[in-house]
Amino acid sequence: MDELRDLYQEVILDHNKNPKNYFQMDEATHSAEGHNPLCGDQVEVFLKVDNERIIDISFQGHGCAISKAASSVMTTMLKGKTITEAKKLFEKYQHLITAEMSEAVDLHEYGHLAVFAGVREFPMRVKCASLSWHTMLQALEEKKEIATTE
Amino acid sequence: MNTTLQQFNVEKIRTDFPILQQEVHGKPLVYLDNAATSQTPTVVIEALQKYYREYNSNVHRGVHRLSHIATDAYEGAREKVRRFLNASSLQEIIFTKGTTDGINLLASSIGRGLIKPGDEIVISAMEHHSNIVPWQLMCEDRGARLRVIPINDDGEIIFEAYEDLLNERTKLVSIVHTSNSLGTVNPLRQIIDLAHNKNVPVLVDGAQAVPHTAVDLRALDCDFFVFSSHKVFGPTGVGVLYGKKEWLEKLPPYQGGGDMILNVTFAGTKFNELPYKFEAGTPNIADVIGLGVALDYVQQIGYDAISSWENELIQYALKRLQEIEGLRFIGNAKHRAGAISFVLENIHPHDIGTILDREGVAVRTGHHCTQPVMQCFKVPATTRASFAFYNTKEEIDLLIKALYKVIEMFS
Ligand SMILES: Cc1ncc(COP(=O)(O)O)c(C=O)c1O
Repeated sequence: MDELRDLYQEVILDHNKNPKNYFQMDEATHSAEGHNPLCGDQVEVFLKVDNERIIDISFQGHGCAISKAASSVMTTMLKGKTITEAKKLFEKYQHLITAEMSEAVDLHEYGHLAVFAGVREFPMRVKCASLSWHTMLQALEEKKEIATTE
Repeated sequence: MNTTLQQFNVEKIRTDFPILQQEVHGKPLVYLDNAATSQTPTVVIEALQKYYREYNSNVHRGVHRLSHIATDAYEGAREKVRRFLNASSLQEIIFTKGTTDGINLLASSIGRGLIKPGDEIVISAMEHHSNIVPWQLMCEDRGARLRVIPINDDGEIIFEAYEDLLNERTKLVSIVHTSNSLGTVNPLRQIIDLAHNKNVPVLVDGAQAVPHTAVDLRALDCDFFVFSSHKVFGPTGVGVLYGKKEWLEKLPPYQGGGDMILNVTFAGTKFNELPYKFEAGTPNIADVIGLGVALDYVQQIGYDAISSWENELIQYALKRLQEIEGLRFIGNAKHRAGAISFVLENIHPHDIGTILDREGVAVRTGHHCTQPVMQCFKVPATTRASFAFYNTKEEIDLLIKALYKVIEMFS
């Protein structure tokens, strides 16, 4: 049960029940949809970006507790960050949830993301924890391509 | 109840399955994912070993001793399948890679051989993706149309709607025998009779039927039937396509290559007779032989004993699951077998699956390759417990106990 408690921490269960920034953003400048065909999870991430800075971010969709909490926490972490900072944070997060069990990670470095440290004990759930982040990156990428042709 | 228990010694049967003897995360394995793949008894594992240790060689090709033994064993398995299905002729038994492969073979051959623009293929709303996508591809290719029989809230096909769908453009009805996500057993007798009244052939997807029930194709009288070895206690990578001879003769081959030819020149090729016309290339010899042994094994236990034991298990599981507050069944067909799908209020199946796994309980969570079924019931996914004759009531108790842990964690 201990690993399960590592995975399903209270904070995660709370975010699952009451996700933050859970709405469709009509005035989004960027958005993308992500799917996890394995479990049927589906998430849509909306961003309002101004001058390379994320001034608002939200999500919608259905998924497991891990994926919903990951989306929720992501939105709280990224609001106000620049795109470069967001990408850096994603890399850091990716490391946290996929690091080998033998590797020591300093949870203090991770702030609110630290609650996802238990995911690395459940390799089958890494995709759940990262779906919304990948979707967020895709939203940023896609719009950028269009932006450069303008 | 006692009589079943006496006739059916499940503890003894379990010793035939070495994989069931293990622990997972420190708990005894409770394997309730049989609809995805079933476990393999020692006799089958030993048959595979024997093949590779003693007579591995190509079939139908060598005059040497090993090739002779391998050919006999391979063709012997075909006879076992014929008897298992009660088909009339060995020419009607084609070895494939599995159910999916069998349906793709038919979709391709029927598409090229029989389908004209405007023709229609009828399937049901409870099909596995493998009985949807090959027909979509073929219909797109041939300008044909895919029609879908709707299902009711209990997960049963709506028969009147089926009657209305059949018309002079209908070229095939392709329907699942037993649904892998709902557990529904379809009324095949009526479905086939109705189609035959209009001279429409019927393909039955028997993937979830053969693990649970005896199939008599001469009585059923469907025109095509497919199943997978790995769901009926045989090895992976093998399946069977049965087709009535008169249909198989009419259809063009699927893949070209060795074994499926009589004579090849650059002017043209004369195809081999049935069933070889549809078996291009070196087949999966070892696993076909393993399938034959698996079929012997289940028949030795006997489908009467299997059905009555499994029915007892399912009734018990339904009763215990029903006691859980906030649990809703997806699929309530009157006639059911194999699988029970359910959802728990406010808890995603993926989370349920992870927690059950830590309790040693293996279930499937997700859409079970039946996304249209999930759409019908407006759920993204379900949790599915699926049974085989080696499961026990104690295992169902462990499932229930683990589900209460899930609920506790999420409360
Ligand atoms: C009803 C049904 N049809 C077809 C299939 C496909 O079988 P396979 O993956 O062995 O080709 C399955 C397996 O999940 C099934 O349950």
